[in-house]
Amino acid sequence: MPDTSLSALAAQLAARQVSSRELAQTYLDRIAALNPAINAFITVDAEKTLAEAAAADALIAAGNAGPLTGVPIAHKDIFCTDGWLTTCGSKMLSNFVAPYDAHVIQRFKAAGMPSLGKTNMDEFAMGSSNETSFFGAVKNPWNPAYVPGGSSGGAAACVAARMAPAATGTDTGGSIRQPAALCGITGLKPTYGLVSRFGMIAFASSLDQAGPMAPSAEDCALLLNVMTGFDPNDSTSLERDKEDYTRDLQKPLAGLRVGLPKEFFAEGLNSEVAAAVDAAVNELKKLGATTVEISLANSKLAIPVYYVLAPAEASSNLSRFDGVRYGYRAPEYADLNDMYAKTRAQGFGAEVKRRILIGTYVLSHGYYDAYYLQAQKIRRLIADDFAEAFKACDVILGPTAPGTAFKLGEKSDDPVEMYLNDLYTIPANLAGLPGMSLPCGFDAQGLPIGLQLVGNYFSEAKMLNVAHQYQRATDWHARRPEGLQ
Amino acid sequence: MKWETVIGLEVHTQLATKSKIFSGSSTAFGAAPNTQASAVDIALPGVLPVLNRGAVECAIRFGLAIGANLNRVNVFDRKNYFYPDLPKGYQISQLARPIVEGGALKIVVPSTGSGQSEERTIHLTRAHLEEDAGKSLHEDFHGMTGIDLNRAGTPLLEIVSEPEMRSSAEAVAYARALHTLVTWIGICDGNMQEGSFRVDANVSVRPVGQAEFGTRREIKNLNSFRFLQQAIDYEVRWQIETLEDGGRIQQATVLFDPDTGETRMMRSKEEAHDYRYFPDPDLLPIRLDEGWIETVRANLPELPAAMQARFQNDYGVSAYDASVLTGTRALAEYFEAAARACGQGKLAANWVMGEFSAALNKAELDIAQSPVSAAQLGALIARIQDGTLSGKLAKQVFEGLWEGAGEVDAIIEARGLKQMSDSGELEKIIDEVLAANPKSVEEFRSGKDKAFNALVGQVMKASRGKANPAQVNELLKAKLQ
Repeated sequence: MPDTSLSALAAQLAARQVSSRELAQTYLDRIAALNPAINAFITVDAEKTLAEAAAADALIAAGNAGPLTGVPIAHKDIFCTDGWLTTCGSKMLSNFVAPYDAHVIQRFKAAGMPSLGKTNMDEFAMGSSNETSFFGAVKNPWNPAYVPGGSSGGAAACVAARMAPAATGTDTGGSIRQPAALCGITGLKPTYGLVSRFGMIAFASSLDQAGPMAPSAEDCALLLNVMTGFDPNDSTSLERDKEDYTRDLQKPLAGLRVGLPKEFFAEGLNSEVAAAVDAAVNELKKLGATTVEISLANSKLAIPVYYVLAPAEASSNLSRFDGVRYGYRAPEYADLNDMYAKTRAQGFGAEVKRRILIGTYVLSHGYYDAYYLQAQKIRRLIADDFAEAFKACDVILGPTAPGTAFKLGEKSDDPVEMYLNDLYTIPANLAGLPGMSLPCGFDAQGLPIGLQLVGNYFSEAKMLNVAHQYQRATDWHARRPEGLQ
Repeated sequence: MKWETVIGLEVHTQLATKSKIFSGSSTAFGAAPNTQASAVDIALPGVLPVLNRGAVECAIRFGLAIGANLNRVNVFDRKNYFYPDLPKGYQISQLARPIVEGGALKIVVPSTGSGQSEERTIHLTRAHLEEDAGKSLHEDFHGMTGIDLNRAGTPLLEIVSEPEMRSSAEAVAYARALHTLVTWIGICDGNMQEGSFRVDANVSVRPVGQAEFGTRREIKNLNSFRFLQQAIDYEVRWQIETLEDGGRIQQATVLFDPDTGETRMMRSKEEAHDYRYFPDPDLLPIRLDEGWIETVRANLPELPAAMQARFQNDYGVSAYDASVLTGTRALAEYFEAAARACGQGKLAANWVMGEFSAALNKAELDIAQSPVSAAQLGALIARIQDGTLSGKLAKQVFEGLWEGAGEVDAIIEARGLKQMSDSGELEKIIDEVLAANPKSVEEFRSGKDKAFNALVGQVMKASRGKANPAQVNELLKAKLQ
């Protein structure tokens, strides 16, 4: 059961071979067994899950089922979920029960997909290892001494450990793709604006984008069909015709032009990762693709640009967590300013505070032009590089992360080293382009290696086509950690 | 030393939209605390702003009305600061690219003492859209502060003038003209008690002849024209005294206390916030297309300045009277209807500004609630013009109209207020008066002109005010020669 694809689960549900309740219970049991070791979930509420599953069964019985009705899914704890604790991985929201559903949650509810719970994450999605969560680090199911990546580490780990058939994630600088790579699953960050951000707790508004995380590209395509669509509640949501992201999955890859950015295969890339990515390129060539070397010259500036813009937006987005209306408030304080200071000093973790300080600094009078404006200019140059590259290729391919999973604690004292993990993923966020990560091998220690595809705007169906064809020819995505029952 | 005052005003006008600028909550005033605060207004995690196009349209109307430049692409910025009634920890406003830039407003500064009233043009710097904050309530909570977020997210247009005013009287005239305009074009209800029109005054002084400005202090949140005048007058005196005593003015924000009539420091420049403005990534730039602008332009009413010019031209009223008559759109429309009904512009102006306005004030009524319609007032004035009524009788008829006693002619008839037009009847009265006052007749004939006036008075009295004074003069003269 746990290795079954979403389409197969949907088929079994439709054929009444299994009920949604039974399916949900199976996963809940697996969560009960495995989560204590992995810590992928912050909140599990079997009663709520089973009630939603029962409702899905009623839909199926009434003949009102959609393509994924009854298939359960886990949600990153960044999505406001009516009646559920929604913490964003922070002490600041450790007592916050959301009174409304995020747009993404509404869509999954409308599709009849029961929630298995809320997954662990780096605090306010700030981190690449899931070690900044107030609720403790998530362990990599492939080796619990290693991190799962972040910030959607709980989502990646729960899918990798098959505690959920699929999960939602969010990606601001690689937070879907990097943990997908480190946990050996498939994850996709859509074109900015394709999935509504309404109800998704903001980290960096101009970069944040929700997407699916699942074992395979086909699963992601099905989930994307549910998640995308115009939302009048999000002014940056794009008004486009509805697409079926599964439509091109079966297309042959003959004639596909794969762009290989020379900057992504240079210094700093782990040799085992490089070898696995090279092998994947050869596999695609066998399937009919051709390769072309491209240059994304300004992407070397992506990390400094990102660490100006994302903290700038975050410093403002996180101002609402002031202890006045909801969330954590310091128990003792002398006056208003003291309440703010103590509430935020106690409620936020170190990484969040670091980024608020950076963001406050770069927006300050006298520094704005040198940092924020300059970063916005380079951001445009990075996007221009991609536009130029897509004249010569259909999809860009490279490693998702410079290495495989690292040990818990290994990089947590060195923020810059940690930030370098997102070297290859950040450019797509800055440009607003879709990107995905899919498994392409393992290192000598048996840790998964991720391959990244970056497509042009709205080319999700094309990327999924490439990924699906690759996954038909390989089985990296079908492997799962040994020792997990 | 002679000092010159320099004043610029920033006016926050609350836009008359039904819902808030970034959420669907109602903007109605006076609801129970926090009953008009949605998830967006209280800034729950994850919520996003969605722009109310009605607020943008108000700004376009204003920009067109003052002949300003409308920025075809304008941008919302975040102004970051912490305060309990500012739920997001930032206010969505416009800094670098406001929707409206430039423009001008004609004002008429009333005469002081014997001088003439003076027309001036005040230029505007800009006007930008922003959201209002909530309210902090410090009373009734026993050492705690209550927060009411009903007002949070109410759309505001902040209108900034150039520092072109040189006296409190000019500042008040500008504020009044602006108040007239925003209510005239329907973008603001103008209710100053409820905070719909709030004025901040930037005030500085400099020696006459000095080119550069003195250091300014900003007086915050003045919610009446009287307070505006008092606050500026106090502030100017204080600044001049400080400088003449050898002191320096520090840039600061001050509050006006209506009880003491003084301004006091709220915060110095050093305590000023660094607002860390940056473009709001949750909102797209506002793009104004020509079609939208032209539609708004086509729906603009005739504006006060145009109407003032027309009133002077068409009805021969003075510039000052024209500015008074266009104090509100309702007054202007009332005047014009009355003037058209009687064909007597100047007389109509006198009646509208005099008897009519006094009666409204006394009864504390709006024009819309007036018991006397413009058509009725016009009919009344027509009866003065055709000699049926004297001014004095007309006032009695006006009282009748005000009481709802019927139409003009019916009241004249019913109350017997018709001016005596039959010269036979009048001659009879004059004969009686002459017969009864031989002494006055004697005096007049011996050269005492005053006696003539006494005789006129007697005739008027005997006619119970209904005699036409001009006719009385004429007949008396004829009879006494």
